[in-house]
Amino acid sequence: MVGNIAEAEDLTQEAFLQLHRKIGTFRGDSAFSTWLHRLAINVVLMQLRKKGLSLISLDEAMEPAPEEGPGRSFGAPDLTLAGAIDRLALERAVADLPAGYRLIFILHDVEGFEHNEIAAMLDCSIGNSKSQLHKARLKLREALRAHSQQEARL
Amino acid sequence: MREKNRMMSCEEFQAQLPELIGSGENAAEHEHIKTCDLCRALLADLETIAEAARQLFPVVEPPDNLWDQIESRIKNEEGPDGARGRVPSGAVPHPQ
Repeated sequence: MVGNIAEAEDLTQEAFLQLHRKIGTFRGDSAFSTWLHRLAINVVLMQLRKKGLSLISLDEAMEPAPEEGPGRSFGAPDLTLAGAIDRLALERAVADLPAGYRLIFILHDVEGFEHNEIAAMLDCSIGNSKSQLHKARLKLREALRAHSQQEARL
Repeated sequence: MREKNRMMSCEEFQAQLPELIGSGENAAEHEHIKTCDLCRALLADLETIAEAARQLFPVVEPPDNLWDQIESRIKNEEGPDGARGRVPSGAVPHPQ
């Protein structure tokens, strides 16, 4: 999520510290794993905000963005990714996603969580999780197509 | 009846797509996909991206000393007499 191992280790430490501080507030309203995930996600989001990297906050990512609605053009079929994706290009594109989209994409597509689990972790609706994931994938598609067009020109 | 059988536009189809994909239905079997190259290409790309995502970011094992560091930070926070750090009132983890 932060794209840097040393930073990820620092955040792991911070998450455990937070766990130690807040374990007394766990009331069993949700599964402990959900609660813990939420806590860890908070730690990551705080860090992203601190670094000013959160170009779109989770709140904003959770709100519908009309300009990114389904009415947009998706270009000609011959510009598709043709089933092959440059892994490095995809990793870079994921890293460039706004934090809210990146979070949902990583939770669902990379880590394999279901929409109902993500909704519980992020305190949003299942429909919201589905639509944000879709937007994240659309953004990645756009980035990858731009990348392959650039490659083709070289 | 005629209205019911009217071919769905790309816009209408794409508006349904997040729910269609998210609910695990086979979007490729959708009537619109069978006749629309653009939306077929879009769906194929989204599936390719989701598929490729599973291979991303291999799990990195934390170093052996990470737990020692966590333990020592917790001890530091507790102080010499073992008092726990103050817990902010009503502090429940929440994304915002």
